[in-house]
Amino acid sequence: MARMKFLCDAERCIECNGCVTACKNEHEVPWGVNRRRVVTVNDGVPGEKSISVACMHCSDAPCMAVCPVDCFYKNSEGVVLHDKDLCIGCGYCFYACPFGAPQFPQDGAFGLRGKMDKCTFCAGGPEQDFSAAEFRKYGRNRLAEGKLPACAEMCSTKALLGGDGDVIADIYRNRVTTRGKGAEVWGWGTAYGKPEQKPAPQPGGKS
Amino acid sequence: MTKLAIVAATVLLALGLSACGEKTQVTVYKQGKYQGKPDNQPWDNDRFKGDRVAWEKAIKGRNSGQNEYVRQAAQ
Repeated sequence: MARMKFLCDAERCIECNGCVTACKNEHEVPWGVNRRRVVTVNDGVPGEKSISVACMHCSDAPCMAVCPVDCFYKNSEGVVLHDKDLCIGCGYCFYACPFGAPQFPQDGAFGLRGKMDKCTFCAGGPEQDFSAAEFRKYGRNRLAEGKLPACAEMCSTKALLGGDGDVIADIYRNRVTTRGKGAEVWGWGTAYGKPEQKPAPQPGGKS
Repeated sequence: MTKLAIVAATVLLALGLSACGEKTQVTVYKQGKYQGKPDNQPWDNDRFKGDRVAWEKAIKGRNSGQNEYVRQAAQ
């Protein structure tokens, strides 16, 4: 089925931070953790460009490769998720990620790093769907409700597209040919330029 | 007296063997293999009741809803 991807159209992003707010609200993300943020290049200079950045759910995710406890997995839709019960908060994934997606909440008295938190493509995690445990650890599971990520669906200018990679690429291609400029998709090659890694077999799980 | 000894021995034996049934609490890591809990498919829940086609239809509708050229044409 679908290979879920994010695409941000820098020609359309107006730096409103609606996506950031939508994500924070949807998952009740704690203070200090930003699963999504808006980055502006050449801020204040005419022609500045903004893009919304979060976990891109890479085809060949470097976080999965470096995790010493192998707590990452990829679901059948290509969404990169992790098991917080296994995460030791070492921070290797943060150094490996080209998008700075992994976030670490402060946990304990001396700013100790807690378990890693990141965008789940609104797909929850390895807990019972719609359970309190799933919401507490990973946030809401919109994908299981038949919905796409809140950030993309909330985007007022539709700069941020999220969903089936083929469909959103078609939408973007249509836009570019209509307006005749802005064909550069930032981060697309970095995230999806490598061959797709097959989802890891899960112990006792249905593939 | 003999009965008491037999009962005591049985209890001691049961106590002694009770630890044998304990599961190891140390995670054994295998490089490159996901070690966490299994996750189910997005359509395997109360909402879609395992109906993959219905789930894909819902997602497809949301996907195309992001294309305002299509939305304009439909109006």
